[in-house]
Amino acid sequence: MSEYKFSEDQEKEIASILAKYPFKTSALLPLLTLVQRADQVVSPEAMVAIGKRLDVSPAYVQSVLSFYTMYHTEKVGKYMILFCINISCQLNGSDKLLEHTAKKLNIKVGETTFDEKFTLHREECLAACTEAPMMRVNDTYYGDLTEQRIDQIIDSLD
Amino acid sequence: MTQILFKDINKEGLHTMKVYEELGGYQSLKKAFAQKPDEIVAAVKASGLRGRGGAGFPTGLKWSFLAKDVFPRYLCCNADESEPGTCKDRELLLKNPHLLIEGMILCSYACQIETGYIYMRGEFHDLSFIMDKALEEARAKGYLGKNIMGTGFNLDIHTHLGAGAYICGEESALLNSLEGGRGEPRMKPPFPAVEGLYSKPTVINNVETLCVVPYIVNEGAEKYASLGTEKSKGTKLVSVSGHVKKPGNYEIEMGTPTSELIYNLAGGIRNDNKLKAFIPGGSSVPMLPADKVDTPYDYESLAAAGTMLGSGALIVIDDSVNIVETTLRLISFYMHESCGKCTPCREGTRWLYQIVERIMQNKGQLDYIEKLEDICGNMSFKTFCPLADACVAPVVSSIKHFRSDYEEYFKNVGVSS
Repeated sequence: MSEYKFSEDQEKEIASILAKYPFKTSALLPLLTLVQRADQVVSPEAMVAIGKRLDVSPAYVQSVLSFYTMYHTEKVGKYMILFCINISCQLNGSDKLLEHTAKKLNIKVGETTFDEKFTLHREECLAACTEAPMMRVNDTYYGDLTEQRIDQIIDSLD
Repeated sequence: MTQILFKDINKEGLHTMKVYEELGGYQSLKKAFAQKPDEIVAAVKASGLRGRGGAGFPTGLKWSFLAKDVFPRYLCCNADESEPGTCKDRELLLKNPHLLIEGMILCSYACQIETGYIYMRGEFHDLSFIMDKALEEARAKGYLGKNIMGTGFNLDIHTHLGAGAYICGEESALLNSLEGGRGEPRMKPPFPAVEGLYSKPTVINNVETLCVVPYIVNEGAEKYASLGTEKSKGTKLVSVSGHVKKPGNYEIEMGTPTSELIYNLAGGIRNDNKLKAFIPGGSSVPMLPADKVDTPYDYESLAAAGTMLGSGALIVIDDSVNIVETTLRLISFYMHESCGKCTPCREGTRWLYQIVERIMQNKGQLDYIEKLEDICGNMSFKTFCPLADACVAPVVSSIKHFRSDYEEYFKNVGVSS
């Protein structure tokens, strides 16, 4: 296993993250997020590097990582589509719209497109219930979805 | 209707220090710093403010429970908003971040806290930039940092992002997550006021709760207490979603009839369908049938009607829906989010899901409803945190009020679905 190297910018960010907390283990989630934002996944090498930085074992890092749904250890698409299917969205037709989205991307829910551009996931409530049905693509929320609007959104991403 | 939190919510630029201060922001600090910390705690107690996150615990009382003379103490703002149906805090964070900061400064001064964290759900990554920017502005103005406004009081506040786990909205799970661990709930007691973050006395309050505090300091506890009902004081943000024409977050005075929220503020039922059911306080509270729609929206009246005010998320369901379908979706959510620590919850949520799924596949047997009730009885109050009870609520209430929806499926037993 090769050694994971943080970039210079990342080192700066790590320093400012560590400064927030009296105990450095608190920086675990922020560091995992930092790595994933750069690499799209958290690799075993990165887990070792983060563990070293925070004085915890790689196994501990992995046990925490596996608890949270937002971390990925396997390759995902450039655009992560999280489609809310919880109650307010369900009442407003999200099941059909999710089916439509999967068909449009020609994948099943949970899969990544062949060109590694899109990954589609079912998601629990994203706290935008008044805009239901909604989805989140990377960091952007899209509400009041219809089939046409979904097509437009997907087509506009490159 | 009196607006406290949403008074200026749609003013252009409200998220900036300049506009916020022009509208009277941060005025409460001077007033507060002229008083002793205990006086602020007493005022919050007198105001009757109760926690707006879901449990409704009196805020001033919570603050007064902090272990005496143990320092450092911490403040954690719970911005993990993830109760299905709830999206009020997101609107506050997005449009009025300084109001939260002002509230957190007041709370910290009252409780002699020098470090505060805003725990935001991971999906709020974008909002954390808005919050960080606002915190930076507050530091530049000297509202945060060392020796704030010459009082000798020090405070800094940081944002902290979760990474996708509903359970982290439970306060002790939130603390574990903030310490860099798996978000599993802790055994209570000790309560966070005694042993919280890093085993130190900790105040944990919801975004909306903290946002009310500047009003109490500015206008006085009496004025706040004069709003609402005798026991449910003040105003409440309610997220109205589901089958309504104008879904949205609305600020109402406690005690406003639920029908006013549905038919007036939210514009009534879509397609002019008929109301079938509503869930008044987020997916974790029991649902009510349409004939309870005039129930006043406050803690006591909703409790008397057999449900709870919860986080203030009113989910409206019209008569085009079979309630069993809605119930299955909610069970599926809790099954997914159960952290797996307590057996009744880990196994119970799964069993409920399997049974209701079989009913919907026309494979049910007549004793399935009794089985569901039996499992629910073995989940309630048998776990570290209330997630199991939250899963039980829609099941028990849907059987109580909409048994006929279950029976629909029994008519077709054996018919493939």
